[in-house]
Amino acid sequence: MEVLVASAIGVLTAAGIYMILRLRTFPVVVGMSLLSYAVNVFLFATGRLVINQPPILREGVTSYTDPIPQALVLTAIVISFGMTAVVVMLALGAFIEAGNDRIDLEQEEDGR
Amino acid sequence: MEHWIIAPVLIPAMLAPLIVLWMRYDLVTQRVASILGMSALVVLAIVLMTSASMNPPEVYRLGNWEPPYGIVLVLDRLSALMLLLTSILGLVIVLYAIGSGWDKRGWHFHSLMQFQMMGINGAFLTGDAFNLFVFFEVLLIASYGLMIHGGGRARLKSGVQYVVYNLAGSTLFLFALGTIYATAGTLNMADLAVKVAQMPVEQTALIKVGAALLMVVFAVKAALVPLQFWLPATYTNAPGPVAALFAIMTKVGTYAIVRVYTLIFPITGTTGTLAHDILLPAAFLTLAIGMIGIFGARDLGRTVAYAVIGSVGTMMLGFAQFTQGATSAGLYYMVHSTLVAAAMFLIADLVRERRGRWGLGYTDAPLMKNHGLMAGMFFVGAIAMAGMPPLSGFLGKLMILDATRGQWALWATVLVTSLIAIVGYARAGSQVFWRSYAVEAEEDELPPGPKDASAPGLAFTATGILLAGSVALTVLAGPASNWLQGTAAQLFTPSQYIDAVLAGAEERAQEAAKVGAHEHGHMEVSEEMQAEDGHGGDTGVADPHAADGQPAGQTDTHSETGQDAPAAAH
Repeated sequence: MEVLVASAIGVLTAAGIYMILRLRTFPVVVGMSLLSYAVNVFLFATGRLVINQPPILREGVTSYTDPIPQALVLTAIVISFGMTAVVVMLALGAFIEAGNDRIDLEQEEDGR
Repeated sequence: MEHWIIAPVLIPAMLAPLIVLWMRYDLVTQRVASILGMSALVVLAIVLMTSASMNPPEVYRLGNWEPPYGIVLVLDRLSALMLLLTSILGLVIVLYAIGSGWDKRGWHFHSLMQFQMMGINGAFLTGDAFNLFVFFEVLLIASYGLMIHGGGRARLKSGVQYVVYNLAGSTLFLFALGTIYATAGTLNMADLAVKVAQMPVEQTALIKVGAALLMVVFAVKAALVPLQFWLPATYTNAPGPVAALFAIMTKVGTYAIVRVYTLIFPITGTTGTLAHDILLPAAFLTLAIGMIGIFGARDLGRTVAYAVIGSVGTMMLGFAQFTQGATSAGLYYMVHSTLVAAAMFLIADLVRERRGRWGLGYTDAPLMKNHGLMAGMFFVGAIAMAGMPPLSGFLGKLMILDATRGQWALWATVLVTSLIAIVGYARAGSQVFWRSYAVEAEEDELPPGPKDASAPGLAFTATGILLAGSVALTVLAGPASNWLQGTAAQLFTPSQYIDAVLAGAEERAQEAAKVGAHEHGHMEVSEEMQAEDGHGGDTGVADPHAADGQPAGQTDTHSETGQDAPAAAH
């Protein structure tokens, strides 16, 4: 299972990095989402991978899984979801204003 | 005093939704509320700063959870200083935005400003690494809104770049935090400092990776070379007052570097000179590229944006030494450069508003309104920014040079780049302000003056306040640098910070036990947490701390007592 999770994180990260280096906004947004999936799984795995264990210690429970990464990953999911929405709106706004979805600036926009 | 520590986060957090929901269609009430809120923050910051300079670091435990389980806010001298700087800048920028009419050019300027203040203040106050990430996101999402305030093609396009760059940075931040949590098993900064210090040196490889990743994240925020690419286009295309506000944003990254690498990964600790080794070459390059950028830029906005990069390089040369003297010099330079960089962005905006279709480019343009006043302000600002006597930039650079005696490469770089900056500013000033006298223009071709300035006097006053701040920093250099030396001394005795957060749990637990039954619920929780900490290693299933070979019996004093107290309560 460790191999599976680790390679999933690796593949997601690699694909995400490739996508955010593209020149158009849509692949960049998709790449950002892939990266955030990768980091969410990574965060989840920082508490070590455990199967079928409760995240809270109760009477009679001797083994458990670390609950903190689960709380962290919830926060991270909410934030990355909101941020993706923001970047989609911005990209749309820029597309409507500028008439193209290129992510780089032209000479005169760049002030050069 | 204790509860006031959270007020710098709470006041803007409550005011912002009020402005959106209640004062939405009435700009006048919005302006009044915004000014009142910012003034309250200034007063509060002064009170907190007085308290911080007389007491050891103070801690606010959110929901009264015991650290390291709960989130804490910590007020020490450094965070108090940053709070004061932020609130003054916030007030001035709101005044400027009202005076220049910038707040009319789009929706929700004032509420976004309040959210921005909430994020920045929270980032300066928090004592928890994950909470730092959350406040970073709060300040970033507000800055995305402010960055594209007013709209327009170039602004939206550079806004997209800014957002994507920072999102990538945030993702990296999470990777770094995950690595650190996996290794140390905690994200509370004080607890992290204790845990990292106890790690055997041969097992620090993974935590070093985490530390280096964090450095990259903070370098993105602080615009250190080679991660500065987002800054020039963003700052040039952002609305003037927002660019001025962003002068504090690079300092959030700087603050985080100073905080994390003096507290958690000190140069004397198990991670060694890692931070120094990365930061010093980056600081050299940042300074050089920033100052050469001033010389090479073809418009005033870019000149000032590169000056910000250069000033980050200068202060980082101080911070990268990780000595008490150089850090206090760096802090002085940081205060100076925030005020002056913000003033320069405001001046650039005043010029842009009055120069009409000529914009900020270094081309010949006819005389504009208020020409002399703006030229004078630019002159003062450029002197301060380039580090010429007699203003605070000169003193700041002098302090940094004084603290790094014997490092000839550093002296040479600072002095040569200052010369380049002076030449760059001279060129900018003569092109924008002097050449205009020689330009003959038709009557109907004259610059039209500001578009919708409701009170240009207020805009000039706001800019003047920032320059006056630089003058005040020069006049009061003695007391200021004494105070900053105290701040640096506090930073280099991290035990003060750690004790403030982690110690005292014992007494509090006993007190709670005495108080009796109604505290029971809370104590039970900490017992549960404690039990988890204690038994996790035995089961060998999930406790990351045990897996990383930390010495057994390393339980901290504060958590041991967590177990004793409830027993007393029963």
